[in-house]
Amino acid sequence: MLICVTFGAIAVPLDQTIRIIWNHTLGQIWPVPVNYSNGSDTIIWEIRLPRLILAAGVGAGLAGSGALYQGLFRNPLADPYLVGVAQGAAVGAVSAIVLPFPAFLYALGLVQWGAFAGALVSVAIVYNLARIGGEVKSTTLLLAGVAIGSVMAALTSFLTYLNTNKLTAIYGWLLGGFNMTSGWDNLGRFLPYLGLGIGVAFFVGRRLNVLQMGEEQAVLLGLNVPFIKLVLVGAATLMAAAAVSVSGIIGFVGLVVPHLIRLLTGQDYRLLLPLSLVWGAVFMVVSDSLARTVMSPAELPVSILTAFCGGPFFLYILRRRKKIDF
Amino acid sequence: MLSPFLEIKNLTAGYPGKTVLHNINLEVQPGELLGVLGANGCGKSTLVKTVSGLLKPASGEIRLEGRDLVKLKPEERARLMTVVSQNPSLPAAFTAAEIVLMGRTPHLGAFQQEGPEDWEIVRQAMEETDCWQMADRPVGELSGGERQRVLFALALVQQPRLLLLDEPTTYLDINYQTEIMDIAARWLTENPGRGALAVFHDLNLAAQYCKRIALLAKGRILAIGSPAKVITESNIREAYGAAVIVTPHPLNNLPTTFILPGKKPHN
Repeated sequence: MLICVTFGAIAVPLDQTIRIIWNHTLGQIWPVPVNYSNGSDTIIWEIRLPRLILAAGVGAGLAGSGALYQGLFRNPLADPYLVGVAQGAAVGAVSAIVLPFPAFLYALGLVQWGAFAGALVSVAIVYNLARIGGEVKSTTLLLAGVAIGSVMAALTSFLTYLNTNKLTAIYGWLLGGFNMTSGWDNLGRFLPYLGLGIGVAFFVGRRLNVLQMGEEQAVLLGLNVPFIKLVLVGAATLMAAAAVSVSGIIGFVGLVVPHLIRLLTGQDYRLLLPLSLVWGAVFMVVSDSLARTVMSPAELPVSILTAFCGGPFFLYILRRRKKIDF
Repeated sequence: MLSPFLEIKNLTAGYPGKTVLHNINLEVQPGELLGVLGANGCGKSTLVKTVSGLLKPASGEIRLEGRDLVKLKPEERARLMTVVSQNPSLPAAFTAAEIVLMGRTPHLGAFQQEGPEDWEIVRQAMEETDCWQMADRPVGELSGGERQRVLFALALVQQPRLLLLDEPTTYLDINYQTEIMDIAARWLTENPGRGALAVFHDLNLAAQYCKRIALLAKGRILAIGSPAKVITESNIREAYGAAVIVTPHPLNNLPTTFILPGKKPHN
């Protein structure tokens, strides 16, 4: 991870990087001599490190919520965007971009808050639509997610169509990446939600395993299934919404990472959830570092990279499923 | 007089707009395996679903050792009873032992993990049901009969008071049918004071394993009592609309049913 911070349009040697980070943290008590320029200090501490932590958080959030959704729906193709998270976030963000809000609100991260709210509202609508007679069927939830997702996508297109003058800003958000948000502010705003979701993910592993037996069997084993479902949807959505609100739409991480872990460790969600969080973070940090460097000094939107790896992997899973039942 | 182990009183149940069971009264005594028979759609699965709590009764009472089952939370209910049903789908990638271990769920606290004593209970249950040797194999690789034994072990690990069997031998070959029912019978003798209610679609299997049988027709109890009293040609004709011959089993005289191909019953 440290090594990733040294990469970039301007290279900063590893030993300097370590000194910079040390001096900003433990160095407050035990300082080490400064052998770097102020410019390097700003690049590392103000730009690259928060960005790296953000990328790690987003990767963990997307992969973790992907693993949760896949377990909840007992469907290997489920991902964080399936219940309308992404489409809702897009409507929220694009509305924030095109509506004439006062400038200081934008400085407070209005677009991010808009995306976050849009994602939560969209999932809330989907969840309530799927509740028939007090019962939320997973298949209904999936179908409602797809339906609301297309409505939201249409709304985004409509808003974009009406505001072609802001196309660059809209398109930049939709493409996804970590370049539009920087500094520690954004981290502070969204990491708590991410943390809440991750905390839940660590505790639901055993119950998610029982849920794999089917909902009826889970009830017979004493699980409060409606409550567990609500907790799972809530935690997964919070993680995904927090991730999407700061990064835009980055596809396939939520789908690919849990599957890689599943191939390596099997189905036990007590392993699968924490490992997905960790490797989601690693995957995203590496992808973002590549995105920053491959076309340096220009930056490639990271979603292009993740989808480039994710697409073929998705096809591989589909091919595999023909042979082995999930 | 001994109070009944399981008491079902004036039970009416079903689905919105469709009542399936009408005013059912049934009792299971401690140590008893009560059989339930009836044609498809007569309500025997609804009975199991209602007793197991998957379905709320429209009216009536279900009491297990005096406790009102309808009012219990799923977790409390899961510590008292378990259901072995016909061939449910299992997550293929889990090993047999991992599946059986899930039976400990109702006994674990919200944030508690399984300990060595839980694994010991798993081992015992899997030895009793003769599936300990396949503990490390993914359930997706097991045959139907092997899977059903794993499910039975899962049920035993729950350490229930009441065992509900919902046609657990459907789709199984006859050797496995006897094996599964032998496990149930042995569990009842080795654990005094427990009870079982079993739904059958095989009349002969029910006659061999149950001292008492309830025959359902159109959501009501048509006959209840010993196999000889319940399994008669006229009762079967009325409940199933099938013409059969019932004769005593050559070894134990229990009623044995033979179908008659090409015959329609004359009412």
